[in-house]
Amino acid sequence: MKKFKYSEITSEKIYNNRRKFIKTLSVGFGSICFSNYSNANIDLSKITSFKDITTYNNYYEFGTGKSDPYIKSQNFKTKPWSIRIEGEVEKPLEISVEEILSLFSSEERILKLRCVEGWSMIIPWNGFSLSQIISKVSLTSKAKFVEFESIYDPNQMSGQRYPVLNWPYKEGLRIDEAMHPLTTVVTGLYNKKLPNQNGAPLRIFMPWKYGFKSAKAIVKIKFVEKIPTSSWMWASPREYGFYSNVNPNVNHPRWSQATERAIGNDIFAPRIKTEMFNGYGDQVAHLYSGMDLKKYY
Amino acid sequence: MLRYFKPSIFILSLIPFILITYKIFFNKLGPEPVKEITHFTGEWTLIFICLTLAMSPLKKFTNSTFWINIRGMLGLFVFFYATLHLLTYVAIDYRFDWESITNDIVKKKYIYIGFSAWILLIPLVITSSKKMMKLLKHNWKKLHRLVYIIAIFGSLHFIWLSKTIFFKPLMYALIILLLLSLRIKFKKST
Repeated sequence: MKKFKYSEITSEKIYNNRRKFIKTLSVGFGSICFSNYSNANIDLSKITSFKDITTYNNYYEFGTGKSDPYIKSQNFKTKPWSIRIEGEVEKPLEISVEEILSLFSSEERILKLRCVEGWSMIIPWNGFSLSQIISKVSLTSKAKFVEFESIYDPNQMSGQRYPVLNWPYKEGLRIDEAMHPLTTVVTGLYNKKLPNQNGAPLRIFMPWKYGFKSAKAIVKIKFVEKIPTSSWMWASPREYGFYSNVNPNVNHPRWSQATERAIGNDIFAPRIKTEMFNGYGDQVAHLYSGMDLKKYY
Repeated sequence: MLRYFKPSIFILSLIPFILITYKIFFNKLGPEPVKEITHFTGEWTLIFICLTLAMSPLKKFTNSTFWINIRGMLGLFVFFYATLHLLTYVAIDYRFDWESITNDIVKKKYIYIGFSAWILLIPLVITSSKKMMKLLKHNWKKLHRLVYIIAIFGSLHFIWLSKTIFFKPLMYALIILLLLSLRIKFKKST
């Protein structure tokens, strides 16, 4: 089930050097050097460090502090682990993570994460499109939305012993969003096994939505007919909508979303302007054509 | 005793400032340095508000006026850390982008209430000296009750800027409510 031999794991330094090298190549060769999923707007020299990506997290299951997930998730057990695919499917099934990893091959996807709190990272994920899994199961005609459920295990996840959110953590997508190639099943980052604090063993990631939409440690993928209620919608429906697309023109009711801070920058670095759909408008804007994004926030 | 105690409280109160200065100069602020400075100075403002509010109840419980002697100094440290907090926001975070800042003050209630709390601190700082105390007589006490409002504003500021009230914003709100409720009881009993 292990995808990478130890010798294949790249150290961050070599990794960055390689990135730099590829970047210099790209001057000549254009974007063909990158996978389709590296966004043109992303400056590869600005990839967030492995340390920052793995020590600065929002993962309330392990606590509300940014360093809690790193500190408290190290003994979290991710084996054995299986994911139930159920709801509006012809045949509900349970599939182990090992099986998923052997069925679908991961590729590197350098994607930008924009947190609803106003900060962003550029993360070299490893993963594949969720659509690959979805196309393997036969959906019924009622499958209009998909709901992701994260693990509920208060013994291992101390944050779940408090009513911070409506546990287990739930998130959802419209089926066309779920089928979009950018909707990624994440299996690793920096060509390493996905760290526990980043949502091991398996999480999803949608770069054009605020980070909280990208559920971690998924145990259930359920296809449903009606729009699901996510944990954050449950906590504060006025502040967190179902879509939660990154949108500098629609503020969080309590703070502005016009700008953000890039993680890892020094104190003199200015805020950067937040882009519509986090810079992925070319790929995803068509999903929302005709929709009033102020209403469907 | 007070002769030694007051200067040592002063030194102790400067420790957070020394710590954050050290962190800035030695690059120990972590992945989001600006937020770290903002949160650090903000939280120490709240801690000093709590400490200041704790002095009168301590006087009552210990039957010693000693606490009142350091109360004023602690209050000035509230202003000191609140000002650092505000400056971090204005100068480092928004780099004097007045348009964004004024938009924030008007539109975002957590900024509005936080800024109001800082404004309300100013008359208290101006009238903090013994001279002003004598000059204002019984009005001084009335004026300085503003600190109750400042404390509530400070707590709301923290709650409103946080994604969830768990756990720190809740903790400070409870401590401040407790310290304020101790005062209500005192009034009734006298």
